[in-house]
Amino acid sequence: MNSKNILIKVNQLYKIFGDGDKSALDLVKNGMGKDELLEKSNCVLGLNNINLNINRGKIQVVMGLSGSGKSTLIRHLNRLIEPTSGEILFNDTNILNLSSKELIQFRQNNMSMVFQKFALFPHKTVLQNVGYGLAIQNISKDEWSEKAQKWIKRVGLDGYETYYPGQLSGGMQQRVGLARALATDAEILLMDEAFSALDPLIRSEMQNILLDLQSELHKTIIFITHDLDEALKIGDRIAILRDGSMVQDSDPQEIIMNPADEYVSDFIKDINRARVIQAKSIMTPTNTKSSGATVKEDMVLEDILQIMSDAPSKPVTIENSKGKVTGKIEMVNLIEGMKRPKSLGTNITG
Amino acid sequence: MDWFFNFPDMSRSDLREFKKTVDFAFTDFSRTYGQGIEEFFEPLLMFLVWFEKLFINTPWPVIIFSILLLSWIGSRSILIVVGTFLSFMLIGYFGMWEDTMSTLAIILVATFLCIAIGIPLGIAMARSNKVQAAIVPILDVMQTIPSFVYLIPVVMLLGIGKVPGLIAVCIYAIPPIVRLTNLGIRLVDKDVLEAADSFGANYWQKLFGVQMPLALPTIFAGVNQTIMMALAMVVIASMIGVKGLGLPVLRAISNQYLALGLMNGLAIVILAIIFDRVTQKFGLRMQKYRNEGKD
Repeated sequence: MNSKNILIKVNQLYKIFGDGDKSALDLVKNGMGKDELLEKSNCVLGLNNINLNINRGKIQVVMGLSGSGKSTLIRHLNRLIEPTSGEILFNDTNILNLSSKELIQFRQNNMSMVFQKFALFPHKTVLQNVGYGLAIQNISKDEWSEKAQKWIKRVGLDGYETYYPGQLSGGMQQRVGLARALATDAEILLMDEAFSALDPLIRSEMQNILLDLQSELHKTIIFITHDLDEALKIGDRIAILRDGSMVQDSDPQEIIMNPADEYVSDFIKDINRARVIQAKSIMTPTNTKSSGATVKEDMVLEDILQIMSDAPSKPVTIENSKGKVTGKIEMVNLIEGMKRPKSLGTNITG
Repeated sequence: MDWFFNFPDMSRSDLREFKKTVDFAFTDFSRTYGQGIEEFFEPLLMFLVWFEKLFINTPWPVIIFSILLLSWIGSRSILIVVGTFLSFMLIGYFGMWEDTMSTLAIILVATFLCIAIGIPLGIAMARSNKVQAAIVPILDVMQTIPSFVYLIPVVMLLGIGKVPGLIAVCIYAIPPIVRLTNLGIRLVDKDVLEAADSFGANYWQKLFGVQMPLALPTIFAGVNQTIMMALAMVVIASMIGVKGLGLPVLRAISNQYLALGLMNGLAIVILAIIFDRVTQKFGLRMQKYRNEGKD
């Protein structure tokens, strides 16, 4: 990836919770794992040698089970948590070297955050909540309330300006949270399991709102989740954490087609492969047209199956977004693609 | 085996020496600095006298009207306003108007002082665990030490009068406001504070924009408790020369005047109930956002 596109670069980041974290750091660097460290030095390994490049204008998903360190990682990016060692570069500035004044500036201008439990100010109205990030920058009330108003409208909460968060439903509260984060016009949006506390329908709706906004705003979004479907739906790239270590960081398609280890395989075991795997992941590359229909390379297998069922013997032609032929898919490829890889076992009744 | 049955205490003469030394030291201290300290409190005394006069000399209908207005602003409850009106009419009818005004004056000043000192102290405690660890034992002492014990040095220093009485009341009444300010700020949801942090709020913006407003109901419970405890000290303060409802009670105790004691005692109770109801209602109204449904 072109280094100009990289907005945030995380280099060899370690976080160890507990006393004597410096000596514990040496132990971890020499290869000691989480459980052993807890036993030997009573320190908890939060992050273990994290390296991550986050691209400008993309949605980087960080996934993992609870306790895997994903929330810890996202809080390092705006220094709500201080690392034990490592560096975080934002446009070549090491965030960790910022003085407390510079850090406040940085948080006000460059990053905003959406929280799992919404974390709205219960004593402020929707308008005051959304305008909070601006109001603390000593911007005049007219100015911030106008901007806040705009974002309230954008997330569809028109008319709720004078309500208190306690009077709104969970989904509406998180829209306030999203509007509050967007209102500061920060380039980077940190979303810490932002939709996890919502019920499935509302969650899906919020994901659509986010994607819709993203197609227009092109923010750099770091999105934490433990839900693979959500990760696949919105992620441009997915990083998977386990016990504080990065297990895999790649394209969503790559995660499904080539899981790095058992842990990742476990993660993707239950997804509906036909609905997420795209044509380009299983096609046989060629630039000659095949006998069947022509489809885009990001079409999912389920839809291709639908098309091919009319003429199963004819392979379909795959073309890229510019209309150039890039490959072909035969029925046998489709079946192969929907099947779980061997390492995942053949437990179909599962 | 003598040491086993009799505690190996210091000899009687040593003990007498020890007490004498402490007493003389303090007497010397109060001789040297008493004058200065008294002068230091002179403005406070002037203010107390003026404030009490203000209450006593203002015509009673004006006072009652102001009190009713305040209780309406505080509580927004007709029931409480009517109750307040009847209570004050009764107090006046039974000839306790002037004493009640004196008590009201000193209670208000004491409460104001406690809030002015107590809230910043509570904020400092909430900010640092070390400060908290240092102040909590002092508050414990202030709350449990018999009031008569600290009356001795106060009276030695400042003599008998309004100021030592006020100080005694404040020592007794300040702990709840300090404790509850500290508690209220510490109980503010960590997630909400994290949100404020993530948007780049500085310490003061967090304190006044988030922590204090969210801690306000708890802080208000502290104010309420402080007022109640100040009222409870009225009788003891009257022993060192504070005028008001406590003095007749004191007289009633020494002369076994049942009716006098009862009447003035009940007047204190009435004041306490009015203060309590009004401040509680006010505290509830401030956290309206917590329990109001959609409108």
